[in-house]
Formats: sequence, C-alpha cells, structure tokens
Amino acid sequence: MSSHALATGDLLVILRHAPHGSSWLREGLDAALVAAAFGQSVTLLFQGDGVLALARGQQAGPLGQKSTAPTLDMLAMYDIESLFFVEDALASFGLTQQDLQLPASGIPVTAIPELLAGHKQILTF
Amino acid sequence: MRYALLVQGAPYSSQASHSALRFASALLARGHRLECVFFYHEGVYNAARLAAPPQDEPHLHDAWCALNAEHGTQLQVCIAAALRRGMLDEREASRHGKRGHSVEPPFELTGLGQLIDLGQNVDRLVTFAP
Repeated sequence: MSSHALATGDLLVILRHAPHGSSWLREGLDAALVAAAFGQSVTLLFQGDGVLALARGQQAGPLGQKSTAPTLDMLAMYDIESLFFVEDALASFGLTQQDLQLPASGIPVTAIPELLAGHKQILTF
Repeated sequence: MRYALLVQGAPYSSQASHSALRFASALLARGHRLECVFFYHEGVYNAARLAAPPQDEPHLHDAWCALNAEHGTQLQVCIAAALRRGMLDEREASRHGKRGHSVEPPFELTGLGQLIDLGQNVDRLVTFAP
C-alpha cells in the first residue's frame, strides 16, 4: 500500500497555526532554524491552519507584525527542504499546490504517524 | 530516565504550567531526574519574579523555584521570546537601559539552542502547550 518513503530526520517541527494571528508560527520557525543551524536535519509539517503559512503573496500588513514569508524563503539556506502539508487542510481553505510559496509535498492525514515515527524528536507549535 | 520539559503556556492563562508541574512531581516521585524546564513562547511569563497570585491559588513561580532548590532542575527561558515580552534579567535590563528587572535566578535567560541541545541530550523532552 504505502510505498513511497516519507522523510526521516532528527527533528520534526509541526506548525498548526496560521501566520499573523499569533506568534506560534514565527516562534516555531525560529526553533526549526536554530535546530538546523545546530546541524540537525529538520522536517516541517504544516497541519490544520498551519497550511496557510505556505500561501503565496503574504506581507506584513498594516499591523506591523513581522511577516513569516521571508523566514520561509530562508529555509532552503538552512537546508530545510523537507516540507509537508496535510492535503485535506490545504483543500479546506480552497487552496491548491499552485497557491504555495514553496515546494512542499502533500500527504494524507493517514501518513502523519509514519512521519512522526521517522523522527527522533518532535516539537509542536 | 532523564527528562526535560518544554513549557509554552502563560501561567494562569492556560493549563500548561499546572500540568507541567504535576508531571514534574510525578516523574520525580518515580525516581526519574528532571534536568531542565525550558520556557518558550508565552511560557516565558512563568519567570515573572513579581507574580503575586491570590493565596488560594497555586503559586506557580514559587513552585518552579522549589523544583530548582529541591531537585537542581535548571529553569531556562528563551531570551528572544522573553525580551520582546518584557521579561528581562538584571543584565539585560541594564543593557537596554531599563529600570528594574522582571527575571531573576534561578530562572536564566538563554538561547533557543539550549532547547535543541536538551532534545539531543535527555531521554525524554515533553512539551506542555495550550
């Protein structure tokens, strides 16, 4: 059945919050970047509202909060290239892969346990 | 086993700190060791030295300090998350030209790298978040 191997690594960071409404996403991404800077192999999973972080064309806006879009662009520089999102979550916002800022792989909810099992450590934001 | 906890909920706003403290006392009672509690996100407010809850509520700040005094558990606070929320120790307060400080030992301001380090060096890192 499940044939394609999902990512394995040192750390899986799960991002469950949309940008702007709270600092969860920003502080979660910070943790991922620091881990990568420490030489860990890091995978990101965008789950639930967290998939909105990947939507293209986001800016800081009038509230002056720091945007997370530039941080996402930095992921590749930190060798964080293993990005996953939950397919149903993206679809629930009417978004498709073409709407995303970065290349990320869609996975069904049923594949999440495999992703969790493939990582030594998990941090949830 | 050697444990560390990651606390991301603000005291009295969410259940996270209460649950983390109960988990801490349970694991210590079983003979495990609690190396460190790391405070991140809104969890940094647990380090507020001026916390003065009503007497019929648990005093979370004192409970953390007791963990340190009785079990040598380190209380580490992410400095980036802390500074932007006004949680400064004496050194950071003077560096930023602020009168007074809001964090004091046994809480220590430290980098996020410490959290990553903990994840690698303890047997279990358990997250408590709202």
